[in-house]
Amino acid sequence: MITFTYTITDPVGIHARPAGILAKEAKKYESEVIIEKTDKSANAAKLMAVMGMGIKCGDTVTVKISGSDEEQAAEKMEEFFKTNL
Amino acid sequence: MIKFKGKGVYGAVAIGRISVFNRQEAQVRRIHITDPEFEKNRIKEAEAIAIRQLKQIHEKALKEVGETNAQIFEIHMMMIEDDDYNESIVNIIENQLVNAEYAVALTSDNFAKMFRSMDDAYMQARADDVRDISNRIISCLSDSVITEGSVHDDAVICADDLAPSETVSLDKEKVIAFVTAYGSQNSHTAILARNMNIAAVIGVGGKFLESVRNGDIVAVDGYTGEVFVNPDSDVLDRLKAKKWEDHEKKALLQKLRGKENITLDGRKVNIYANIGGIDSIGSVLLNDAGGIGLFRSEFLYLENSDYPTEEQQFTVYKRVLESMGGKKVIIRTLDIGADKQVDYFNLDKEENPALGYRAIRICIDRPEIFAVQLKALYRASVYGNLGIMFPMITSVSELNKILEICGNVKNDLKSHGVDYSDEVEIGIMIETPAAAIISDRLAPMVDFFSVGTNDLIQYTLACDRQNPRVEEFCDTHHEAVLRLIEMSAVNAHKNGAWIGICGELAADTELTETFLRIGIDELSVSPGYILKLRDTVRNIDLSKNK
Repeated sequence: MITFTYTITDPVGIHARPAGILAKEAKKYESEVIIEKTDKSANAAKLMAVMGMGIKCGDTVTVKISGSDEEQAAEKMEEFFKTNL
Repeated sequence: MIKFKGKGVYGAVAIGRISVFNRQEAQVRRIHITDPEFEKNRIKEAEAIAIRQLKQIHEKALKEVGETNAQIFEIHMMMIEDDDYNESIVNIIENQLVNAEYAVALTSDNFAKMFRSMDDAYMQARADDVRDISNRIISCLSDSVITEGSVHDDAVICADDLAPSETVSLDKEKVIAFVTAYGSQNSHTAILARNMNIAAVIGVGGKFLESVRNGDIVAVDGYTGEVFVNPDSDVLDRLKAKKWEDHEKKALLQKLRGKENITLDGRKVNIYANIGGIDSIGSVLLNDAGGIGLFRSEFLYLENSDYPTEEQQFTVYKRVLESMGGKKVIIRTLDIGADKQVDYFNLDKEENPALGYRAIRICIDRPEIFAVQLKALYRASVYGNLGIMFPMITSVSELNKILEICGNVKNDLKSHGVDYSDEVEIGIMIETPAAAIISDRLAPMVDFFSVGTNDLIQYTLACDRQNPRVEEFCDTHHEAVLRLIEMSAVNAHKNGAWIGICGELAADTELTETFLRIGIDELSVSPGYILKLRDTVRNIDLSKNK
């Protein structure tokens, strides 16, 4: 499992649209991508679950990636967070 | 004639016939089934049809309302494909041995409830999206054709509220206005109506739908929020004239894009935009603003559950500055208290909040919060043409304290090798009579003044602007107010500073000539008023004696 943390800078937080593109991205990989924030967590590929976390700008989330392509997935996901969220 | 009053969400006037929007809300019945596989297949097929429909709606929306607004239908498609949503439907079918329609309706309720219980207004409104997609799936299941767009000409669509897919799937050629009994400013209906440029009034109340019938004549005034059902001839004539005028004006105004704000005798004035968030930058550019005269930074604090970080603020300020490409951007520092409350500031309830602990008073008192905002502003300053403006100033010593804090912030950045621009202009709001009266002392300390007329009027005339009973005493053209503005303008110019107006009065075209004569250098208004104001300026001749 590979883990990284990221602080959301998108002023709207993870609203519907960002959650949508995040789910699309997460579905590209074999590995499971889990987002955690304090006591909540959700599979990044699940749009409504991610929206339900209500992640706002300034929130720090932990992203855990585990699976056969986790190294590649982690690298790409981190890049994705930096550019889009 | 029956008159209703709601909230106008797009300024336009329409006269047409009522078309009550009939939602095909098939009553969902709970039916016991024996073959869950059969129901699961029905769901699959219905979802495939729903997605095909949404693809078409999405394409239609792309053409009609643009990419940003069309995105919601992409989200709808993804919601239908969402694993948790589908798992819930399948579980209900398998465990309760019930029909697909019921499983969808129950799932819809549960997910809508989840969104409804979130603490953020935007997310709460997403409950409507869940219902929208679920209703679509249910109607696909029952083979009922959604009668989209089957309305007569000149239709004023009336409904309790409209789901996003419903507003877009309507035949826009025929629809000339929306009137809804409920709904909020945040609803897609309001946003889409604004993008479609058609009159829309929301929240006219539950009685409305009971009182109207298909085909009734209706006049809708999106400016005032008034809706007249079966209007009498006086009202009809008045609104017809208003509609014609409105149409003419809008067509003319578009021709003014790219033109200068210059009077007939050659006096130029800057017309800037007031905005309350980065979402409005699109309309700032669309309406050809010369800059941003008031960027209310409060939204960063109001929308957050805790103090926004320096990084968070920096990102927003940088984005505004970059989007405006070198045009002036004036950001007003935090102005909360009074009517704008933020939980985590833990402010006490006050007897007289407008005269209380607010805006710059909080900032000076809590420099640790203030310094974070200033640091973010100075860091962002290298990305454009920044002005920083401080609200609610009443004294020289206050301003001295602020300038000292600014100096400290800059020194701190310098010692850490962080770049900032030396060109940042510093300004203050003139929104208390005190500031106007001592403007000769304040002007040498700043680069500009910006008159906040809403508060200046309230404080000068001792009129609470939230209290409708004193509205008649709140004369916005009162000589006392105009004298204070003039006094500030004279003192600004004597000391090499410029002066603008960013309150609502700036958009009052009856006063534009007066303001220009007083020597106002800049007027900052909501994006929608920019071209109208430009038109007014271009017809003024200051060389003629008044």
